[in-house]
Amino acid sequence: MAAKSRRRGSKTVVNIVLGIICLIWLIPTLGLFISSFRPAADILQSGWWKVFPHQGWQTKDTLTLPKETDLREPIQVDGRTFSDEQLKAGVVVDGQRLQWENRRARTLNVQERGWEALPNFTLDNYRNVLSGKEYKLKQADGSETIQKGTGLSQAFLNTLTIAVPATVIPVLIASFAAYAFAWLRFPGRKTLFVAIIALLVIPLQVALIPVLKDYTALGLNGSYLGIWLAHTAFGLPLVTYFMYNFISQLPRDLFESAFIDGASHFTIFSRLILPLSVPALASIGIFQFLWVWNDYLVSLIFIGNQPSVQVISMKIADLVGSRGSDWHLLTSAAFISMLMPLTIFFLLQKYFVRGLMGGSVKG
Amino acid sequence: MREVIKSKISIGAVLLSLAVLVVNTAVHGAIFIFFRNTALNPLITAVLAVLWGVLGVYFLYYTLNWAAEKYPDHLRGKILPYIFIGPAAILLGWLLIIPALRTFYLSFFNASSDRFIGFGNYAAIFSDRLLGVALRNNLLWVFIGTLACVSLGLLIAILADRSSYERIAKAIIFMPMAISFVAAGVIWKFIYYYQPGDEQIGLLNAIVMFFGGEPQAWTSMLQPWNNLFLIVILIWMQTGFAMVIFSAAIKGVPDDILEAARVDGAGEIRIFGRIIIPYISATILTVTTTIIVFTLKIFDVVMVMTGGQYDTEVVATQFYRQFFMYRNFGYGSTLAIVLLIAIIPVIIINLRQFRRQGGW
Repeated sequence: MAAKSRRRGSKTVVNIVLGIICLIWLIPTLGLFISSFRPAADILQSGWWKVFPHQGWQTKDTLTLPKETDLREPIQVDGRTFSDEQLKAGVVVDGQRLQWENRRARTLNVQERGWEALPNFTLDNYRNVLSGKEYKLKQADGSETIQKGTGLSQAFLNTLTIAVPATVIPVLIASFAAYAFAWLRFPGRKTLFVAIIALLVIPLQVALIPVLKDYTALGLNGSYLGIWLAHTAFGLPLVTYFMYNFISQLPRDLFESAFIDGASHFTIFSRLILPLSVPALASIGIFQFLWVWNDYLVSLIFIGNQPSVQVISMKIADLVGSRGSDWHLLTSAAFISMLMPLTIFFLLQKYFVRGLMGGSVKG
Repeated sequence: MREVIKSKISIGAVLLSLAVLVVNTAVHGAIFIFFRNTALNPLITAVLAVLWGVLGVYFLYYTLNWAAEKYPDHLRGKILPYIFIGPAAILLGWLLIIPALRTFYLSFFNASSDRFIGFGNYAAIFSDRLLGVALRNNLLWVFIGTLACVSLGLLIAILADRSSYERIAKAIIFMPMAISFVAAGVIWKFIYYYQPGDEQIGLLNAIVMFFGGEPQAWTSMLQPWNNLFLIVILIWMQTGFAMVIFSAAIKGVPDDILEAARVDGAGEIRIFGRIIIPYISATILTVTTTIIVFTLKIFDVVMVMTGGQYDTEVVATQFYRQFFMYRNFGYGSTLAIVLLIAIIPVIIINLRQFRRQGGW
């Protein structure tokens, strides 16, 4: 009895500790999400947490002092005396704060402490980032410059065009190879498979320079085919290993009878193995898709700065580099880039997590 | 009798399979050139390209198999495996193995790859201050990053297993895995943001000021601690991965062992240390390996957050800089090889682990 209640007590502790960790994990994304809907000026003036109710000074009243008040002399307000400096910074008397609203017009704000929130939300940031429309920026010297937005829609489309084949191709190629490694006997099988396992951990940086040279010679730079092939090769070892783990576990008698009936390996593979492997294909496919979608280095090197094929991560990295303080663009652009992976993540989480375990937890 | 038929069919079949290879190359080449030379509406290009990419591979296997069908049985049995693994082997050979060897070769040449200088690049790397910094930082990333990811992942997996909202908690911790490093960079830039003056819009500085501290420029001026603030981003993103796998492994620990230990009066911490940890040690090794490999290659975070300034350079960013900005091919190659050498022990551990799992 005592042990049981003690365990229940410790469960509360567990829940609280885990809750705190989850909160810490969520806050960064939450901040980005809220900021992406705030007007540009608000983002720069106050932290995103200010959209929640918090204690702050609110103007209750405005006093107008006589026009001839000399700012260099002590200033009389309601029988009290303040200096100009004090009124600039705001001075607190009896729970009320006095602060200049406009020094030249001699108007003073009388503020009281109270609950407030800054719930100004706008979709302008998204509109700006997606459409690439032109917008005016006021410079510090008063002049206006016109800048073009980033036009993320094209990059979004490009990323999708790269990510879908760069997911399907390696998964299909790897499944064929995994089937051969698992169920066909041929010389060189062991060596080849061990080579693939070893390639699992090879950093792709090792391959970049020569591959780039080949690509330049073949005209593959900046082309969809080139980047599909690169993603395929760099993803293949893991996908093959993963598919091998799955396909080799299938019971042999399942397709032995089909083989006796005269079905070829190709037919068995397309009609039996692929349908049976859907859970594994789905989970590794989701992973490969996320990696390709989120990739930066491979695109940076094989796409360069050709705008017609640029991917979303490069656009954002450019934004960070060139306009580090345009938070309204950065936050919404980052969130747009996260939309696809997050949707996939939450929709297919079940497969995703199960697939992850299938490959790596054995014994 | 069978021998005669065999040799008869073979010549036609060989010609046919050659034709299939030629046709495949020609078709894909033609499509490739079509895409390169024609400017269609972006949406149409996207749809067509996706169709080509997806159907093209299947077409390749289908025609190759079709050609193989024309061979007599015993020959087909010998050819078929190579058709199945052929594309994988060719791609890996062309885009990973041979390039790795070529990079190794290039690392013995000077900046423009026209003069052999032996181990000159290797000697230079270890005497260059910036590269020293890069190597030191990579060590920091690997040690602190991996240690934190693995231990936090283990802790959260244990906590989640005993909590009443396991699935939501795991989804929240795992979520950053779906976010790109570039987007994560933006997220964390926003947290570490520093501006001179009273009003801070960066969360970390706001918290520091709330407790009466001075706002700091976390990722730039606080050397060498700024590296730690970058590593936090990796921890935020990768802990979920470790957690999911540990969580599965922990669920695999048989209940009767745990119950027996509880009946014997062992506390939860003791059970954790004496039963759970040894039971899932293989999984811990796998996860640690994966994260070490991943951390060694770290690039995007540093590139987006600081661009490698303020002594936050790592090997991968230095590699990028040497190769693409300074056009120093020798140096760039050497850096890639140093990275590879650093990973070799991990490869060996992996292969051993694989063999132990009953692979071969």
